[in-house]
Amino acid sequence: MNIELLSQYLVAGITYGTIYAIVAIGFNIIYNATGIINFAQGEFVMLGGMTAVTLHGYMPLPAAILSAVIVTMIIGALIEALFIRWLVGPSVLRMIIITIGISIMLREAALHVWGEAVRALPYFTGTEISVISFGDVHVSPQVLWVTGISAVMVLCLNFFFNYTLLGRQMRACSSNRDAARLCGINAKNMVTLSFVLSAGIGALAGCVVSPITYVQYDSGTGLAIKGFTVAILGGLGNSSAAIAAGLILGILESISVMILPTAFKDVVSISLLLIILFVRPSGIFGSVEASRLKEF
Amino acid sequence: MKVLRFIAVMLFALTVMVAPVLAADTIKIGAILAVTGPASFLGAPEAKTLDMMVADINNKGGIKGKKIELIIKDSGASPEKAVSFAKQLIEEDKVLAIIGPSTSGETMKIKSVAEEGKTILMSCAAAEVIVNPVAKYVFKTPQMDKDAVIKIFEYMNSMKLTKAGVLSSNTGFGKAGKEQLEKLAAAHGISVVASESYDSKATDLTAEVTKVKAAGAEAIINWSIEPAQSIVIKNAKQIGFKGPIFQSHGFGNIKYVEAAGEAAEGVIFPAGRLLVADVLPASHPQKAVLAKYKKDYESKYKEDASTFGGHAYDALVILTKAIEKAGSADKEAVRNAIEGLKGVVGTGGVFNFSAQDHNGLDINAFEMLTVKKGKFVLLETPKKGTSKKK
Repeated sequence: MNIELLSQYLVAGITYGTIYAIVAIGFNIIYNATGIINFAQGEFVMLGGMTAVTLHGYMPLPAAILSAVIVTMIIGALIEALFIRWLVGPSVLRMIIITIGISIMLREAALHVWGEAVRALPYFTGTEISVISFGDVHVSPQVLWVTGISAVMVLCLNFFFNYTLLGRQMRACSSNRDAARLCGINAKNMVTLSFVLSAGIGALAGCVVSPITYVQYDSGTGLAIKGFTVAILGGLGNSSAAIAAGLILGILESISVMILPTAFKDVVSISLLLIILFVRPSGIFGSVEASRLKEF
Repeated sequence: MKVLRFIAVMLFALTVMVAPVLAADTIKIGAILAVTGPASFLGAPEAKTLDMMVADINNKGGIKGKKIELIIKDSGASPEKAVSFAKQLIEEDKVLAIIGPSTSGETMKIKSVAEEGKTILMSCAAAEVIVNPVAKYVFKTPQMDKDAVIKIFEYMNSMKLTKAGVLSSNTGFGKAGKEQLEKLAAAHGISVVASESYDSKATDLTAEVTKVKAAGAEAIINWSIEPAQSIVIKNAKQIGFKGPIFQSHGFGNIKYVEAAGEAAEGVIFPAGRLLVADVLPASHPQKAVLAKYKKDYESKYKEDASTFGGHAYDALVILTKAIEKAGSADKEAVRNAIEGLKGVVGTGGVFNFSAQDHNGLDINAFEMLTVKKGKFVLLETPKKGTSKKK
């Protein structure tokens, strides 16, 4: 085992990790505002990628991505307005089941709109085979794009949730909706906003990862499972932790490929999830104290 | 409300009255195809092909005056769904034959259902285990994966390569291919230095190809039907793998090439002649059939024809020939007729069935193809001395 080979596995792990992390961030936003897991998050990722691919036929790449993000945000808002907003004091379980229903609906709708074909955006820089090489270690420029965009996303989100009035209002709604209402915060609008935001982030994630992973009407589910695992690993609601957890999971999977037969890759990630859920349900970086106060 | 109920009752009565009349002069053929889901690259063109052909046959007055009633079920490549659809088609719809399923995993699951129901199954899946050992009612139209493996190994011999790294997906097709590759390697003087399988929904396979490269593989052989086969070649090129990359006959859909873009250049794979129909000499026995199917499909659906649609085409052609030969739509008579069919020209090759051979194709049904400038072209045998190819 030489150092270059090890680095190549590390690069592979980072590739997996950033893909998982960028999807996981979307889960955290709705969780931050509502305390629920939106199981339709993977479908937002798929919608973003699909819309961008379609629009790319008519406009340059940056415009297509921007429009795809906006379109998906509108869909996110519509979904919230149609299915969530008018519920009176919905239980967590009920809202989760609703999001599962929405995810199935979006997937089937995508199948009718786009068919079953696999699509992808072109690589943002270079082509499928261009790589940046460090000695014998090769990394696709798209991986750097994914990493960079996740980093910027996390920075913006941290700023938004910690230093802006709107962001803090959203967090207030999550920790105690009634108290937030008493303080004059429009809790319903905050929930809508969280759906819009996470739809947008999901869509952006879908655009950035699509050159690597491809996008198909049902590719959201697979991405969502890994993204969800990572969100739990890091501690729900914490986006920087999601990045770290994503990288941990990605590198672990990649190293497992190195030592074990490759078929065990998913066994590793799911075992890790189970261990975390048993030993530290608040996630690797989550606060045990804070998680006790949460409903879910 | 009353009016609605009246209409509903009338409609129901009508269907009850009409149904037996329809059934009397039609031939019911079922199809279980993965129109959606991970194997939709197979199932969708298969379903479109059958729709097109049945409409065509019925417009021309059907088979011996009987029209075909086609019932397509979308299994989404799920073996469980395939099983329940098979039971439904056999027990409720009482079909003469079932075309499909698209994937080997599904076919193996419903093989026994077809046997018990004494209903002809014309599988569109590749694995050899489907017809070996022979099951009385089970046939298949795609070429044998065994022959595809031999083709690849023979080509590796001609390139003087001996170390192969095998990657396969965890589907029925992938597993069957992996088995054949490992079994037949030694006989061709090839050693399998690594054999790894991956999840068919994998999104990135950099670590897997790194492992195969590190094991010292001179060539990568990938066996899968999912989009993963585009991801494999992309990742292999990205980590700087310079040897040739072989794919199975599952690569025969130009969409995989489009998805992999530049990375697909130079990929080598065995396939039926449909993909290179344009460049076949006019004297080739398959030329006319291939050209017609390709033209019909492409003008109707505005997309490139693939070998998978061709498998469904062959299945229906064989069935119609057998029904004509048997002179009736009796299950037993048609089944016996299929076993006696010789020299049926299809898209996959020239079929010669017998009681022992329920596939009817041999290794000559395959050509080695490669990708040049985003198109499938015939591969020429390498000249002596050229051992490596980019």
